[in-house]
This record gives sequence, structure tokens and C-alpha cells, in this order.
Amino acid sequence: MPPEKRLWYRAPILENGSGLREMSVDRETVKRVAHLARIAVSDDEAEALKADLNKILGFVDQLIEVDVSDVEPMASAGASQTKLRDDVVDDGDKAEAVLANAPDRRDGFFAVPKVVE
Amino acid sequence: MSDLTALTIADIRSGLTARDFSARELTEAYLEAMDGARQLNAYVTETPDRARAMADESDRRIQRGVARVLEGVPIGVKDLFCTEGVDTQAGSRVLAGFRPRYESTVTANLWADGGVMLGKLNLDEFAMGSSNENSCHGPVISPWRSSGSNDQLVPGGSSGGSAAAVAARLCAAAIGTDTGGSLRQPAAFTGTVGIKPTYGRCSRWGIVAYASSLDQAGPITATVRDAAIMLKSMASVDPRDSTSVDLPVPDYEAALDGGVRGLRIGIPGQYRVDGMPAAIEDMWEQGKDWLRQAGAEIEDISLPHTRYALPAYYIVAPAEASSNLARYDGVRYGLRVADDDIISMYEATRSAGFGAEVKRRVLIGTYVLSAGYYDAYYLRAQKVRALIKRDFDTVFEAGIDAILTPVTPTAAFAAGSMATASPVEMYLNDVFTITANMAGLPGIAVPATLTEDGLPLGLQLLARPFDEAMLFRTARTIEDAAGHFSPGRWW
Repeated sequence: MPPEKRLWYRAPILENGSGLREMSVDRETVKRVAHLARIAVSDDEAEALKADLNKILGFVDQLIEVDVSDVEPMASAGASQTKLRDDVVDDGDKAEAVLANAPDRRDGFFAVPKVVE
Repeated sequence: MSDLTALTIADIRSGLTARDFSARELTEAYLEAMDGARQLNAYVTETPDRARAMADESDRRIQRGVARVLEGVPIGVKDLFCTEGVDTQAGSRVLAGFRPRYESTVTANLWADGGVMLGKLNLDEFAMGSSNENSCHGPVISPWRSSGSNDQLVPGGSSGGSAAAVAARLCAAAIGTDTGGSLRQPAAFTGTVGIKPTYGRCSRWGIVAYASSLDQAGPITATVRDAAIMLKSMASVDPRDSTSVDLPVPDYEAALDGGVRGLRIGIPGQYRVDGMPAAIEDMWEQGKDWLRQAGAEIEDISLPHTRYALPAYYIVAPAEASSNLARYDGVRYGLRVADDDIISMYEATRSAGFGAEVKRRVLIGTYVLSAGYYDAYYLRAQKVRALIKRDFDTVFEAGIDAILTPVTPTAAFAAGSMATASPVEMYLNDVFTITANMAGLPGIAVPATLTEDGLPLGLQLLARPFDEAMLFRTARTIEDAAGHFSPGRWW
């Protein structure tokens, strides 16, 4: 199937989005964000991610067109009031179950590389 | 009984009651079917011992006359639901070897009602994808093929294993999740029924989280009645999920015969775009005719912010994902890639553990939540989300009972055909389904027709929050007119 037949709705959406931003995320930004997200990326990976991220950000940039003045942000589709439960202990004493899947455990604790000198 | 795997849940219920076959015989038939369909790669973990033990228990209960509502029904579970003592990997290397010590609420509800667990089903990694090609277990192959072609097609995603398994009769019903269309789009691609309930109807407890404000569990089944039976068991009020709503679960099956006479069905103009393939346009027209002939009123409606749902989703969902997936740090479960200091260990573990699409979404999410960008992206997307919901509120307040749209803009596409496309092109698969997640509404996909190439297409119905009964009765009307569609067996 030719792409234009497969994605008939593609042109209007992409055209409106892509004009607003031109490659504004550079490789250093990708590496900085990847570090914030604690994901190691090689230079080659960062280059590929840069292209992908710019396409995605170009797409989402069309939200600039929407008038959102006086609109309250919607954080969830659920009830606006969080349910409360009674303030009592109803669970616990499951250390073995909690530790059961740990890659490294010692003496009832999760073990990690040394954090402080 | 020639082919027990062809039976619907409703057939199974009456057949077991009449002792036409035993639950054990039924389960054995499915285990054999699974054995013969490995090339579809629908199951990632099979649990035959557990299935046989559960089926034997079902037979004992039937003997004693104390059968439960899903007694002996063989079910496949998307590998996003935690299942006690059974590998739960979410399609990700980062959860290699993870065996939960607890059971998700939804699966616990199914087993308490007599369901038989056949195994865990393949999916896109962390439910991120629309073709089931983003899995550490490899892609799921659709049981459907275009007429006269042997090319492999995708089953859709992210619940692609669930949809493929139901279409290929490798389980009587499957469960999955839907964050942006992940039940409805694969259901449409495979000629099956998929329903995403209202946000809050099914507990999310024990489901590996992707985007918590959008994720909902639901069934994929062969018929609308089966979907009603499954959802009745899956849904519950759960104190362990604070977003689970305190509303009793209705008897959805009782709503099936309600018909559509006098109902007002809305047709949103924004879902029609110039150049829409004729097959989609024709199906939509046909769907309107079926409902009109059954006594419904068809009305044009406007949902003006529809086009902004997809871009808003690709801010909200990645933002929530970047937060939810922070837990995969190599400390508590799953993969750890050793390194000398803890930060390098985190980074090496997550780099090796996450696939390309997951990395993209985590980075987008981290970026839009980072200092200086939060208001411009995340807060704005949340406001757009409010406007999308307001569009729906307005038409429902005006008296519209249900909204009819196509599920997908195309039929299933060829495996590998999107490999070099921009990630955004894959996202566009969900253009018609994503609005229901953003607004928290229930939506159902019901098979409507086959294309010229012999591939299924589906119609979508949307309704007011917690009015799943409306979806079942309208979908049933379409199903009665459209009939059922099954792939020819080639595997």
C-alpha cells in the first residue's frame, strides 16, 4: 500500500505541527535528558534519538494553536477527590516477598554498589 | 464435539452445564491449539500444569453443582498483569526473571469466578506500541492474511498477543489493557471484540503501569456477549486502587438485548477527513444504516478538539511513563547490569533493559517535565485534555447516547512495514481511539466488515462514563447485522 493511502490523515496533522519547530533539541540536550532519566546513551544513539525526539516534539507543538486560557488542567480522568481509607495498618510483614526478586540481597536488605565514600 | 476451541464463552457455559464435554477436555483442546500455533508468537509463557489443575477444579465444582460464572473458561492474560509465581515481563528485558509474589486484582477476579489460566500473552514493551513489534520476545504474527498473499501482517498493539490468540482460537477470551487504543485497535485488526471500560471501572492494582491516568484493563473476545461476560468478572471496586470507583458492577449481559430503538447516535464530523479510504468510509456509512434500521436516530455532532488529542497524549502519556518506569533501577527486581557506582549501574541497567520505543517515550517524558518546559508542554497538554473531555460532556449533555466512529484509519499493515517510518507515523494508528482514554470514556471495537483484500475492519462506539451497558447493546446491534469474521487457518 502506498504511504499516502495508508496514512490519509498524515499530511494535515504533520504539516501543522512541523512548521513550528526546527530541530531545537540538540545532541547535548538529548544526553542531558538521558542522564536525568538514568539511561546511558552512546553518541550514535543520541544522534538517532535527537532526530526522533525532534519529530515527536514537532508533532506535539501544534498544541500551541489551542486557546487554553481560563482552562483548568485535567490531571486524571477519575474522580477529582482521592478516596481516603482508615488510618490503620492493614498490610506488611512481607520482607521475604519484597526481597524475593532482588538481583542482589544481603542480610534482609537490597544490596547496591557503594554510594558514599 | 469436533472443535471445542470454536465455542464462545456462552457456548462453553451451556456445554459444561449439559456435560457435553468436561472443563479438562476443553482445556486440553486449547493446550493442543497453542502447541500448534507457536509461530504466531502469541504466548510468551504457557502454564499448562496450572491450566489442568484449574480445569480439574472446575470439573469438581460442576459435579457438585456449584459452578461459578466463568467456570472452566480458558483465558489468556496479557503479560502486563502480575500473576503470582508466573513470569511477568511486560515484553521488556528489564523485567527478565521477574516472578511476582502477588496476583493482580483483575486476574484474581477471573480465577475466583472459575476462569482457567492458559498462559501469558505477548505485547508491546510496557504496552507502548500499535503493532506488537516492540517486544523483547519478538513480534506477534497476525492469524489474518490478505487474500492470495502469504505476507505476514501485524495484529495491532499493544495487546497484540491477546487479539491474535482470540482470533486464532488459542484461548476462549483474553484480557489486555488500553492506554491509547491498545485493546480496540488490535481487536479491529483481528476481527475480534475489544472494550476499554471507563477509567476506574477495573482495578489497576497489579498491572504494570504505563500511564496511570489513562491505563484501563479490558477483555478481547469473539463476541459482544462474551465481552459482557468477561467485563462483569474483571470489574470490581478495589480498595487497593484509589482510582477504582465505588459503583456496583451491573449485569452487562442483561443489557445485550436492549436494542437501539430511540437512541441518539452521534457522528463526529472531525473523524472524517478528505482522502479517507473508501473501505473505511463505506463501513462507517454501513454502520449508520444498521443502527438507523434498528430504530436509532443518527445525528451529526461536533467534537472540535479531536485533532489535538493525539499530540496531547504524546505529552501526557510519556510524562507519566517516565515517572512510572523510574522504578526499573536494577535494585528491586529484574535485570541488573553491574557497575562500580550506583548511578552508572542505573544507567547501564536501563540502557540494556529498555527497547528503542520505551527509551524514546521516557526521554520525551523527562524532557516535557524538566525545568523550564513543564508549563509549555505538560500543563498545556493537561488543559487541552480538559477541552477534549469538555467536547464529549457537551454532546452527552445534549442527549447523545453513543458516538459511532471507525476504530482505525486502515486495516492491518504488513509486518516490518513501519520499521523505517517516523515514530509519529506509528502513533497515528491510534488517532480515533485515543480520545476515549484522554476523556476517561468507555469505548468498544466491534468487527464490521472485511476489506477487498479480506482483512477485518471495526467500528467504534463511545458512551458516557460508566455506561458500558450502552456500548454492549449498540455493539450487539452492529454484530447482529455484520456477523462474525474468522481467519483461515494456515499455521
